[in-house]
Amino acid sequence: MKLQDLFRTLGASVREYKRDSILAPVFITGEVVFECLIPFIMAKMIDHLGGTGMGPVIRYGLLLLILAACSLICGVLSARFAATASTGFAKNLRQDIYFRIQDFAFQDIDQFSVSSLITRMTTDVTNVQNAFQMMIRIAFRAPLMLIFSVVMCLAISPRMSLIFLAAIPAIGIIIFLIMRRVIPFFRRIFKKYDRMNNSVEENVSGIRVVKAFVREEYEKEKFWKASEEVRSDFTAAEKIMALLSPVMMFFIYLVMLLICVIGSQIIIRTKGALLTTGELSSLMNYGVQILASMMMVSMVFVMITMAQESANRIAEVLQHESSLTSPANGRTDVPDGSIVFDHVSFRYRRDSHSNALSDISVHIPSGSTVGIIGGTGSSKSTMIQLIPRLYDVSEGSVTVGGHDVREYDLDSLRNAVAVVLQKNVVFSGTIRDNLRWGDAGASDEEIQRACHLACADEFIDQLPDGYDTRITQGGTNISGGQKQRLCIARALLKKPKVLIFDDSTSAVDTKTDAAIRRAMAEEIPDTTKIIIAQRISSVQDADQILVLDDGRIAESGTHEELLEKHGIYREIYDSQVKGKEE
Amino acid sequence: MPGPMRQPIRGGNRGPGHPRVPGKGEKVKKGTFGRLLRYLFSIYKGRLTFVAVAIIVSSVTGAAATMFVQRLIDTCITPGIQNGFGSVAGRMARILVTMAVIYAVSVISAFIYTQILAVVTQGTLKKVRDDMFSRMQDLPIRYFDTHPRGTVMSTYTNDTDTLRQMIGQSIPQLFTGALTILSIVLIMLYYSIWMTLAVFAAIVLMTAVTRKIGGASAYFMTRQQNALAAEEGYIEEMIQGQKVVKVFCHEEESRNEFSKLNRQLFEDSAEANRAANVLMPILGNMGNILYVVLAIVGGFLIVLRAKNLSLRGIDVVTLGVIVSFLGMARQLAQTISQVSMQVSMVAMGLAGAERIFELIDEKPEEDQGYVTLVNVKKNADGTFRESKSQTGMWAWKHFHKADGTTTYVPLAGDVRMEHVDFGYTPEKEVLHDVTLYAKPGQKIAFVGATGAGKTTITNLLNRFYDIPDGKIRYDGINITKIRKPDLRRSLGMVLQDVNLFTGTVMDNIRYGRLDATDEECIAAAKLANADSFIRRLPDGYQTVLTGNGSQLSQGQRQLISIARAAVADPPVMILDEATSSIDTRTEALVQRGMDNLMKGRTVFVIAHRLSTVRDSDAIMVLDHGRIIERGSHEDLIAQRGTYYQLYTGAFELE
Repeated sequence: MKLQDLFRTLGASVREYKRDSILAPVFITGEVVFECLIPFIMAKMIDHLGGTGMGPVIRYGLLLLILAACSLICGVLSARFAATASTGFAKNLRQDIYFRIQDFAFQDIDQFSVSSLITRMTTDVTNVQNAFQMMIRIAFRAPLMLIFSVVMCLAISPRMSLIFLAAIPAIGIIIFLIMRRVIPFFRRIFKKYDRMNNSVEENVSGIRVVKAFVREEYEKEKFWKASEEVRSDFTAAEKIMALLSPVMMFFIYLVMLLICVIGSQIIIRTKGALLTTGELSSLMNYGVQILASMMMVSMVFVMITMAQESANRIAEVLQHESSLTSPANGRTDVPDGSIVFDHVSFRYRRDSHSNALSDISVHIPSGSTVGIIGGTGSSKSTMIQLIPRLYDVSEGSVTVGGHDVREYDLDSLRNAVAVVLQKNVVFSGTIRDNLRWGDAGASDEEIQRACHLACADEFIDQLPDGYDTRITQGGTNISGGQKQRLCIARALLKKPKVLIFDDSTSAVDTKTDAAIRRAMAEEIPDTTKIIIAQRISSVQDADQILVLDDGRIAESGTHEELLEKHGIYREIYDSQVKGKEE
Repeated sequence: MPGPMRQPIRGGNRGPGHPRVPGKGEKVKKGTFGRLLRYLFSIYKGRLTFVAVAIIVSSVTGAAATMFVQRLIDTCITPGIQNGFGSVAGRMARILVTMAVIYAVSVISAFIYTQILAVVTQGTLKKVRDDMFSRMQDLPIRYFDTHPRGTVMSTYTNDTDTLRQMIGQSIPQLFTGALTILSIVLIMLYYSIWMTLAVFAAIVLMTAVTRKIGGASAYFMTRQQNALAAEEGYIEEMIQGQKVVKVFCHEEESRNEFSKLNRQLFEDSAEANRAANVLMPILGNMGNILYVVLAIVGGFLIVLRAKNLSLRGIDVVTLGVIVSFLGMARQLAQTISQVSMQVSMVAMGLAGAERIFELIDEKPEEDQGYVTLVNVKKNADGTFRESKSQTGMWAWKHFHKADGTTTYVPLAGDVRMEHVDFGYTPEKEVLHDVTLYAKPGQKIAFVGATGAGKTTITNLLNRFYDIPDGKIRYDGINITKIRKPDLRRSLGMVLQDVNLFTGTVMDNIRYGRLDATDEECIAAAKLANADSFIRRLPDGYQTVLTGNGSQLSQGQRQLISIARAAVADPPVMILDEATSSIDTRTEALVQRGMDNLMKGRTVFVIAHRLSTVRDSDAIMVLDHGRIIERGSHEDLIAQRGTYYQLYTGAFELE
């Protein structure tokens, strides 16, 4: 991404902290001006020290105190503004990314991957925040310091300033050469370093495998090799980096010495007319300042280059337009739960060659029950995700309640079409909190009824705190079957027109599974129910069963009709039932 | 004087996580610093001594140079202005040459120590990593149960990073800083005791300010870390559940909740950053004020021709003394503010070092076993003798202390457990009085709900966890007498959670037996039913797997792990079936793979699907750590007990 675009994209998140972001460098400038004036006035004061009266010394002293106070005030203000600006910027950045992710469609989430989105919101934002703070503080301070110091030197003695004017480009070139060699070097090494840490992580999570196969020594040797590579590369790079400090010292001392040699001769020969003792010592001070600022400039440069990768990753998210948006003035009422697939084809990526779904045509009357069965990769989940418009069709159309799903307001459509996803996610909080996701205003009676229908009440009632039991992050304190039933209850609370179970009872025993299906049939007869399952028993009572194979409808019909066909359905049936009945 | 400036350059993506700041109550253990120094010296004794000497030389010479500026002014420039250049030329040349020499020495020693330090820092980090990793490999499984992966990883990344900062930057800077302060103070005393006292007063004030602001900064840092942890936790949970958020149109609530946490984080981190940021300008300008006060005091001393008390005796304050004093005071103030910056870094580094040492100090897995597994040949008389070469015949080499004889027991796969009680923690027993036996070639299945103790039994078999007395016997030998590596080599394991390593498919299969040829690996894959899908991968057996084989389906990963166990070809297998929803066809494939693997071996199966256990020689139904029913499928069905209810689907298995 071009640097300009990058600044524009991320810069948009500065917003209400624009004032602080501008004031920080403004006050930095003030601080630098005062700081540079101080040695200049000090020189004047020193020159009067040996004199007769204390008057001028005290006058200059007071002036210096005032300057120091001003510099202090500017410094503290800029430090505070910079802190507010950079943390505020980070806050907005995190918020912008998070809000943007809320607008993402399933497709966008798939594209970025969950773990990468999390890294972008955490590590990357921290990197950019640090670089931003550097930019509004040091990136202003160091060059300004450099310029003002040179100006002051010129004011004191143009002749002596020649020493600096010669030294600055020389140092600049050396720093540049070192950096140019070291930056790409470090980038490469950090990749190696990350790989090493990844392998440690793999080892920690696979420790049982390591021990079961007695591979401890093998793993150690593998790691030693990797860590040795990291060591030797890092050492080589750090050795180059370590050159900076003595090189800078060399120049500082060289400049000092030159100032002493030339300066003292000038003082003596002109009897203090062209240069005074005080001026000599302030020249030395400026000298140190100039060289130190050059060092800082190079550091800022390194930091910003390093943060650029993080900035790029953040900008990618911010610039990513959601691939699926709600239409303006979309329909808000879904008349009924009838569903029609009309010659639907679907590809996950526009550029992919193979269809995930090909030419699907189905008519599902409102209130009926449909079972879908098929192997992994037969695109069962993909098919039902088109109904609440979690993905958009590539060809053909999906109609709910007589209207194309693309005509509906997204929230209205999704409130009418409830999906219990295959990957059951519950959130940390009480069971009641989780259930209220379905309906924020649900009464206790409604919650209990939904749980009863989903056969979740039996285990909730046994918990010591009942509906107020806290669920840990990731729902690790309840079993898979319990989680599935909670998720079903949560979906029921939406009182949807269409209810979709994506393999949502796989961890529930067959008896409960049947009880849930019976409850659905009896208690919410007007709701269209779609059930994806592995078990034949879960779908055999459906009004219509679809057998998907490789993204196509291979067979469809009722249980009896399909058994007659002696096709895939029969094959699955035999494999599952034979085991039991003999 | 610039110290060795080596900013840490952070690489790209290192996952969430930040250096942990020691909180208020969390004190770094005493002695960690001393231990770290001993650790460093144990590796790089000579070089570190060299570094220390070089640092001393570099900072002493740097400070000494300041003295010569004073001498230049007092003995050359001031008299030179009155008496002309010629009168002082010789002296001036001598002083300047001395200065040049001192500077040169200073630069050279700085060069030397920064170069050596780069080597030492990285070398130490390597040693730290190697020590941690090697120790980690020898730790019992129990350690991994009680230490979350994130925490362990943070020791490798964050703690090692702060350690690098500390060794490479903070400690040398503190050392140089302390030396610089010491030499400046000595020189100051040499010039004027009165003025030194004035400087001391100022330093006490500066230290007080640093502590106050530093304290506030540490307080807000801790709050910032807490707020950060809260927000990152929320981000992780919500983004992982993002699809559910969409399905329930919960975006708005999620935004609101996030904004609340985000605002809190902003407030705390803004405070923390402000406190940290203002330190520099405050200290810097206190240095300036000190300068002015000194100049005025010095001016008065000159004007009043005051008597000066110094280490040289009593004399009169001169202009040269004041000028160099001012320079030194400035340098002192700068050094102090630099040192104060490093103090918090050192605190952070020490907290990291402590965690690193904690890991290194963990007690490794104990193993008092002495019975080993060896290749044998059968003698004519039916006894065995040990063989160096591969014979395909294995035996336990058992040395008996009592009579000094060695016996060879052929490896058969006979396993007996008698009245075993076990708990992962002493408070909670999870297995009660478990007794079972498996004859060579038998298949034993464990059935029961999650937490019933199925996996625990297999964990005891391969001694992932030890039980104190000899209640488990393997081919008649108490398993605590068998060396762990030899015991585990004789047991194959297919775990429920498949862990594959970064590398090719072939590498992953070969993990089972490192000297297996390609052909043997492929044969194992064929046995496991994995060959056909592997061949369809883009690069076949050479396809590189990353991220725990994330590009494969759950069933495919399971097949590779079966092949991995097959190539090891052990006499006893422990199979933990996958619970996740593999579709019926892949499941059949996996099942056939497992069936092939079971042939001719003693097998323990942890069953999650009852269809797979029917042909077992014995089925153990476990409930809350007890075997409540045992027998063959037919026996158990006839009993009409728990197994029957499970089998007919009346109970939930998971």
